[in-house]
Amino acid sequence: MIKFVLMVNRQGQTRLSRYYESVELNRRAALEADVVRCCLSRKKDQCSFVEYKDFRLVYRQYAALYIVVGVTDSENELSIYELVHNFVEVLDKYFSRVSELDIMFNLDRVHVILDEMIQNGHIVETNKSRILAPLTAIDKMADG
Amino acid sequence: MPAVSKGDGMRGLAVFISDIRNCKSKEAEIKRINKELANIRSKFKGDKALDGYSKKKYVCKLLFIFLLGHDIDFGHMEAVNLLSSNKYTEKQIGYLFISVLVNSNSELIRLINNAIKNDLSSRNPTFMCLALHCIANVGSREMAEAFASEIPRILVAGDTMDSVKQSAALCLLRLYKTSPDLVLMGEWTSRVVHLLNDQHMGVVTAAISLITCLSQKNPDEFKTCVSLAVSRLSRIVSSASTDLQDYTYYFVPAPWLSCKLLRLLQCYPPPEDGAVKGRLVECLETILNKAQEPPKSKKVQHSNAKNAILFEAISLIIHYDSEPNLLVRACNQLGQFLQHRETNLRYLALESMCTLASSEFSHEAVKTHIETVINALKTERDVSVRQRAADLLYAMCDRSNAKQIVAEMLSYLETADYSIREEMVLKVAILAEKYAVDYSWYVDTILNLIRIAGDYVSEEVWYRVIQIVINRDDVQGYAAKTVFEALQAPACHENMVKVGGYILGEFGNLIAGDPRSSPLVQFNLLHSKFHLCSVPTRALLLSAYIKFINLFPETKATIQEVLRCDSQIRNSDVELQQRAVEYLKLSSIASTDVLATVLEEMPPFPERESSILAKLKKKKGPGAVSVTELEDNKREGGELNGGADRGPDTAAMAASNASTPSPSADLLGIRSSAPVGAAPTSAGNLLVDVFSEAGPAAPSAAVNDDGFLRDLEQPTETSDSLLVEGSGDSDSAPPSEDPAPPLSEADELLNKFVCKNNGVLFENQLLQIGIKSEYRQNLGRMYLFYGNKTSVQFASFTTTVSCPGELQSQLNVQTKPVEPLVEGGAQIQQVLNIECLTDFSDAPLLNIKFRYGGALQNLTLKLPVTINKFFQPTEMASNDFFQRWKQLSQPQQEAQKIFKANHSMDTEVLKAKLLGLGTALLDNVDPNPENYVCAGVIQTKGQQVGCLLRLEPNAQAQMYRLTLRCSKDSVSRRLCELLAEQF
Repeated sequence: MIKFVLMVNRQGQTRLSRYYESVELNRRAALEADVVRCCLSRKKDQCSFVEYKDFRLVYRQYAALYIVVGVTDSENELSIYELVHNFVEVLDKYFSRVSELDIMFNLDRVHVILDEMIQNGHIVETNKSRILAPLTAIDKMADG
Repeated sequence: MPAVSKGDGMRGLAVFISDIRNCKSKEAEIKRINKELANIRSKFKGDKALDGYSKKKYVCKLLFIFLLGHDIDFGHMEAVNLLSSNKYTEKQIGYLFISVLVNSNSELIRLINNAIKNDLSSRNPTFMCLALHCIANVGSREMAEAFASEIPRILVAGDTMDSVKQSAALCLLRLYKTSPDLVLMGEWTSRVVHLLNDQHMGVVTAAISLITCLSQKNPDEFKTCVSLAVSRLSRIVSSASTDLQDYTYYFVPAPWLSCKLLRLLQCYPPPEDGAVKGRLVECLETILNKAQEPPKSKKVQHSNAKNAILFEAISLIIHYDSEPNLLVRACNQLGQFLQHRETNLRYLALESMCTLASSEFSHEAVKTHIETVINALKTERDVSVRQRAADLLYAMCDRSNAKQIVAEMLSYLETADYSIREEMVLKVAILAEKYAVDYSWYVDTILNLIRIAGDYVSEEVWYRVIQIVINRDDVQGYAAKTVFEALQAPACHENMVKVGGYILGEFGNLIAGDPRSSPLVQFNLLHSKFHLCSVPTRALLLSAYIKFINLFPETKATIQEVLRCDSQIRNSDVELQQRAVEYLKLSSIASTDVLATVLEEMPPFPERESSILAKLKKKKGPGAVSVTELEDNKREGGELNGGADRGPDTAAMAASNASTPSPSADLLGIRSSAPVGAAPTSAGNLLVDVFSEAGPAAPSAAVNDDGFLRDLEQPTETSDSLLVEGSGDSDSAPPSEDPAPPLSEADELLNKFVCKNNGVLFENQLLQIGIKSEYRQNLGRMYLFYGNKTSVQFASFTTTVSCPGELQSQLNVQTKPVEPLVEGGAQIQQVLNIECLTDFSDAPLLNIKFRYGGALQNLTLKLPVTINKFFQPTEMASNDFFQRWKQLSQPQQEAQKIFKANHSMDTEVLKAKLLGLGTALLDNVDPNPENYVCAGVIQTKGQQVGCLLRLEPNAQAQMYRLTLRCSKDSVSRRLCELLAEQF
């Protein structure tokens, strides 16, 4: 099961966080800081999977942005690693060349996209056009 | 402004976000946020009704602020209002806010439920999805009550849109996890399983998560999913890379779905149906074949997706552990990955191979990669990969390669990362012991270990080497010689001094013939280290000195001189001072004979599981030590397996707690330094109780401590030993009446002893019956003390122990008849030897008959022999615990009770009871610190039953929920019954 998805930049600022297990607010900040420290300190040639407490982190870096996914051992690490990439590709398609700013200014939409892909900590959809279907429908309504 | 939001962008929000971005300091940011919060608050409180757009904008700002790490304590009502909007974006923000800031405010939940109800019946698929999603995210009890019956209908209805089905599947999963009692799958089971056949891949992807969870809980009801999953997988695997259109990812057809299907199959054993199995094997072979084909794309995404499926397929092959051909192919494939340039693949391959090593079919194949793995240990740049390499070396070790692997691990230890040194030390110690053919090699290895990584050598490790040396007389001389040489080093680790002190104190005589290691040389060598050592070590050395006086009378004067000097006899440390004073006195007044008796060589330690292994299990998750390994170890190293944390100090503890302090008290020198007494259930402690508190009738000298239970293991079939069985009444029993039925309070009396072993079982005006008992493995010994409270003699006193009904074949209880006369005011003792053959629920009966002033007394009690007495505590880490917990997920393996507290709910009281139960109380396992979790293994002659326990107190309601999961269902039930009476 996926426990959380985080998007953080190199400065350690959280740009997106989605928890699939309830974590108290004050513990979230500490967890995020710790997770980010753990991933940022790693070098390029180190492996993308990190044992962290009783679960694992799978992370992937895009320019200055890190996407970190916390998973239990019932998940396949490589498939999560590629899920992250799929997510980024969907964002890229929607925002046509996504940047950190797009994510900040369109947080609601990024959440819609993420919610289409992962629900309750489980992968539900991987097909890009179906992931984007609700958003394209809204955008059409707004344009029209 | 740098970026604009898409669609119907909210300008105010964009401005606010830009402002935050431009803040130069944290203070400025907080100031800006507070200003905004005040603004939003005033807007929400204002007289003017806000339109949907403004509400959405402000709620969105609140979300953003929340994300920055600030608590949000208002706006919930406005978010709820948004739910009833007809605009998707407004509704979506409302739901998002509620999902992210879950609040159990019941009034709000009612309003939210209302909105959800409306959306579910709206037949607008996007609205339905939002509503389902919200239920899935909040998942509260109230929501489950309101919607649990509705969701399965939506999930399987023919006219439901695909996207709604997906959300419904995940929603149902969440409700099933939080409130399983409300989700009744019965009639829906078959239709849910058939979602695996749905033509829409997204639906299948979502449904698998649900089906996997349901299958883990109810494997039988859902086992039809196996054949459906196999055929689905087969269709995907054999499809061309373009067939699945948008579900193809970099030329790999449906990689995520494939992984999930393979995971689902891991919930079940290999398919029984030959055709299904054939098809599955074909799939697995195709996946393995594809790994060898040239890649269809150079992109890393392609190979990652392909390998994700491959690793999952290998996991399934390992899970089945029945296809030698596939296992060996999997091993070869992983072997290729070991040298791959992608670190991720090397990491995963090492990890996967670690599980492969424990399969008998692939163990040999894994071993062929030893050089590569050793190389990885030496050259990998990432410590987590090196750690995996060390794990794999440990897993692939056997008698044939143990020397090589141990040598490599030792040399790696010199440069190993600090974070993994302790674990490496434990592993080396275990391997060295497990595969030692030649014990001088074992001794060398451990001494090397102390030399290289002394700081990381825990007490368990050096206790263990001492136990083994003591138990094996063929290695004692070598050990003495080797420690003597090791101590020559100018700077040697304190642990080395401890081992040296102990071994020379016991076996120094074996090397004393050589003038280079004459008694005085040995003594001077040890004493040269003395002043640099800590108090516990110095205490141990003092004990070694007194043993020297016994072994080598010629050293007596020198040693007495040392003991007599002020730094010893007036040492500020009480322990050291006492030892110095007592040893000095002992050496001067005791005759040689007395000295020789007091300081006799240590008897061999009883066999028990290696405490090092226990420690490693505690440190590491399941990958490190499996149960089979543990059993292997027992078999192979049987004669060495003494337990450091319980056994060795029994003698010392017993003696030192006896009423007259004897200087032999802690010859082991461990008392002051070792955490031996830490476990309250420790056998050592119990034995002490028997010694010190037993009534006048307890013949303390007759109990030989170290072999306490040994005679039980080989029951002597002599004629006088009475094998007590159902009706096996002794023919010498003059009172001929049948045994009385058990007292009405017998069960209550029994319950008092579930969590303790000693105490008064029964008392009336005539008679008092006290109990002391001790259990080890599947054996137990119980002392019954019958006290005559009157001043008149009891005549024809007979006691009979019987095992009614099926208990006869479950428990073997042996005892000898007691003396038929009990004088007034006297106490007699009876010893029962108990052997647990298999798990049991009833208690043996104790019938007592005697004549008091002519009247026949006849009473029957239940003996407090309960199944939990045969617990061996098992320490384990959190992930290990939960993994096992999940493995014991069949409904019959679980027993649960919710009950009112009958006793104090005080933490310490509860802890004491749970420890008394015999299990290990595990800290930091349950996410809720209020809860208690315990683990233990019940040892019976025939089998071991693993038990996990969770106790959730609710102090407010004065209630408990108790859950037990055991590998045997009858044990779960019995333990649950017993324990529900304890709290």
